[in-house]
Amino acid sequence: MTTTEIVTAGRAVGTSVPRKEDRKLLMGRGQFIDNINLPGQLWLAVVRSPYAHARITGVNVDAARAVQGVVAAFSGAELASEWAGSLPCAWPVTEDIKMPPHYPLATDKARHTGDGVAVVVAEMRSLAKDAAELVEIEYEPLAAVTDVERALEPGAPLVHDEIGTNECYVWKLDAGEADKAFEDAAVTVKRRYRQQRLIPNAIEPRGAIAQELPGTDELTLWTSTQIPHIVRLTLSSVVGVPEARLRVIAPDVGGGFGSKLDVYAEEALCLALARRLKRPVKWVEDRSEGYVSTIHGRDVVQEIELAATAEGRITGVRVRLTAAMGAYLQLVTPGVPLLGAWVYAGCYDIGAYSFECTGVFTHTTPTDAYRGAGRPEATYAIERAVDALAAELGKDALELRRLNFITEFPATIASGLTIDSGDYQALLDKALELVDVDEFRAEQAERRRRGDTKELGIGFSTYVEMCGLAPSGILGAIRYGAGGWDAATIRCLPTGTVQVLTGTSPHGQGHETSWSQIAADELGYDVDEIEVLHGDTTVSPLGMDTYGSRSLTVGGIALHRAAQKIVAKARTLAAHQLEVGEDELTHEGGTFAAGDRSMTVKEIALAAWTAHNLPEGMEPGLEATAVYDPPNFSWPAGAHVAFVEIDTETGDTRLVRYVAVDDVGRVVNPAIVDGQVHGGIAQGVGQALYEEAIYDEDGMLLTGSMTSYLVPTAAELPSFELARTETPSPTNPLGVKGVGETGAIASPAAVMNAIADALAPYGVTDIDMPATPERVWRALEEAGR
Amino acid sequence: MRRVSLEVNGARHELDLEPRELLVYVLRDRLGLTGTNVGCDTSSCGACTVLVSGEAVKSCTILGVQADGLEVTTIEGLAEDGELHPIQQAFHAHHGLQCGYCTPGMVMSAVSLLADNPRPNEEEIRHALEGNLCRCTGYHNIVEAVRSAAAAA
Repeated sequence: MTTTEIVTAGRAVGTSVPRKEDRKLLMGRGQFIDNINLPGQLWLAVVRSPYAHARITGVNVDAARAVQGVVAAFSGAELASEWAGSLPCAWPVTEDIKMPPHYPLATDKARHTGDGVAVVVAEMRSLAKDAAELVEIEYEPLAAVTDVERALEPGAPLVHDEIGTNECYVWKLDAGEADKAFEDAAVTVKRRYRQQRLIPNAIEPRGAIAQELPGTDELTLWTSTQIPHIVRLTLSSVVGVPEARLRVIAPDVGGGFGSKLDVYAEEALCLALARRLKRPVKWVEDRSEGYVSTIHGRDVVQEIELAATAEGRITGVRVRLTAAMGAYLQLVTPGVPLLGAWVYAGCYDIGAYSFECTGVFTHTTPTDAYRGAGRPEATYAIERAVDALAAELGKDALELRRLNFITEFPATIASGLTIDSGDYQALLDKALELVDVDEFRAEQAERRRRGDTKELGIGFSTYVEMCGLAPSGILGAIRYGAGGWDAATIRCLPTGTVQVLTGTSPHGQGHETSWSQIAADELGYDVDEIEVLHGDTTVSPLGMDTYGSRSLTVGGIALHRAAQKIVAKARTLAAHQLEVGEDELTHEGGTFAAGDRSMTVKEIALAAWTAHNLPEGMEPGLEATAVYDPPNFSWPAGAHVAFVEIDTETGDTRLVRYVAVDDVGRVVNPAIVDGQVHGGIAQGVGQALYEEAIYDEDGMLLTGSMTSYLVPTAAELPSFELARTETPSPTNPLGVKGVGETGAIASPAAVMNAIADALAPYGVTDIDMPATPERVWRALEEAGR
Repeated sequence: MRRVSLEVNGARHELDLEPRELLVYVLRDRLGLTGTNVGCDTSSCGACTVLVSGEAVKSCTILGVQADGLEVTTIEGLAEDGELHPIQQAFHAHHGLQCGYCTPGMVMSAVSLLADNPRPNEEEIRHALEGNLCRCTGYHNIVEAVRSAAAAA
């Protein structure tokens, strides 16, 4: 199944231009962090707590320091003077949120397994790791709590004694009269779902190198991050270096999915130690180390209630979340549930809405944004609850969806935001063109009739999500610490090529290609004549980086606006040199013409550089910067369909077919967009069927390596069938919407609804994610088959 | 220290190795062949896959000294005179890579597969690649790339 190619104006936008990024990566020439080595560099190893909760009563680094080749070793207390501030949390979601300090090394207590307690710095990687084993730390182990609901019970061990509770915050959003909707309802359903803890598993581990420029106090940090600009701003205040003297470079970054949307202790440690030791300091995590030191995702208990009329019109939604923060607040930890808070009513026209989230500290690795961040959870809850309501009403789940779909746009939804455009009926129609439900039901019935032990199930997920973070004013209103704008500079060089400086920071998304397509079409260049520069705060100083499916809808639009500024200046200069009025000039594909006289943008760039003949008052050069603050979020939507086969004797559950129809507005590069959807689906299927971070009662991470945490392989997944509909976004000139997270948002609900469909005849009403063979088998046993 | 002789991408290297040095670090740290990536510490991810005597091997699973006298091919050894190998070309044509970190290992596994089985079906491709984790692509376009490289050969 190939996707419909949508070709819009211009030669490049709308076509699957092969990626400019590929060649060096395919040749093994990627500049990933661990491929960068500086002369005189030292290696950092972090000594981590083996306990989830323990008082640190003594740290002795003498034995480590005595090893030949070890340059330094420090306890947390010995480095305390390096810190001008705590590691940042940029999203204090309520006025009274509890924000405990979080320094790069723990000094009084370890609060999760893997909490950093001491460091060793040595001439070689292996030497640093070996010497770290020699650091003697006296711990007084304390009781720990890792379960988010148990952590709220009276007497639960406290993560932060000084706060006196594990409750971090309570955040509420109420719209309409939800309680009245439930009082008046003919039917209600209430469900409880568990979003298990996930480990992001970007295939490149995290790493960093810091260097102080010799003879200065200027610091440079290379780090495997999604957010070089935010890292610079925040770490300058952690390490106490003026922002202007800190340069942050994200080299080639091997995937992120939110795990590199953070500001980490090890980055601060590399900076402080490079400053202290006057030599470059490098750190690269081992995968198992990353499992306890890099953020986790999800870990939320959800309660959702729907109120409906007897006909199935949904009139109210009530949602109550208990969300794990982990031991500390990382960059946006408290805000992740809020990113879902606005869309628990899904793509349905529901008037009354009540949402409450309690954030809770536990003795676990901090959680933070992981692909979808809040919206996979919301989509899961509403899409599973709608299926449950259909069952309660004895109605077809698709008819129930159609009855409740939002149909008029722009649509102000109960939570208060406005969806710009969409056509949810068309998405479902298109999915049903690709999926023959009657044929499926016939096969399902036939298997059941003949007593086949392999059951089939079909599940739907019709979603809308909000991404493209975001209008700065709204972010301010919900207490986010920064704006949501982004920036781009276009520099037309005199010899016929163009530099694009973007504030986005790609790590697999192909911005070099897509941004080149946009600039090429606007300015009349070939894609290969555009060079996109990113990921270095000195080269591209203005930006808000890459996360939340924002890069195209914010950074891409900034680029488009910069191109409009170039076109405007080029027109003025062309009119001057061609001696015609500006309004006499036509402009198409980078060529300005009046009658038989014309100039291309390339020619104008040279004329602007020589500056021999400029209009009065015009500055030389053809360069423009635009900073764009979007007026709205982006609202992609879709209809996804999963087909599962379950071996009822073993519980083995396989995804056998997956159909995804998405509306992401206009598409710049269809192949790249499809790739984003594929990857998102795979991650969501991983959540539904395979992945779970499990702690034992003492707070040990039982799934502590890739051998016990199951990232899906090629053998577990089918090929995916993709299609698109298109309602251009009216809020930006390209008509684009975000796409990076849609697959991960839609797919867990589709898969789990398919499992529920398969097992309905057995009386199994629900299974927690991931639907492992054991869980499925036990559910069948408990239901008495 | 032990002296070993390795032929890597056609060039012979005489090296004095610590017995504990894994082949992947010999390639990366001693020979500067950083195309072979490290993604885990449990031989799970396959990012470090290279060819040893023509067979796909996770280079974190063998010691440098065990490769004494053997021929090793890394991702840097695939392209000839700057021309991408047909499998590299197929990954490019089918958008079979995003961040590119798993890509060298994935490509080497695909090379090994097609050497053993020039016309694999989808199931065989997926099975052959199950030792290589990719978090970006969902494998869809990787499978497409391998299939198309097989069809073109």
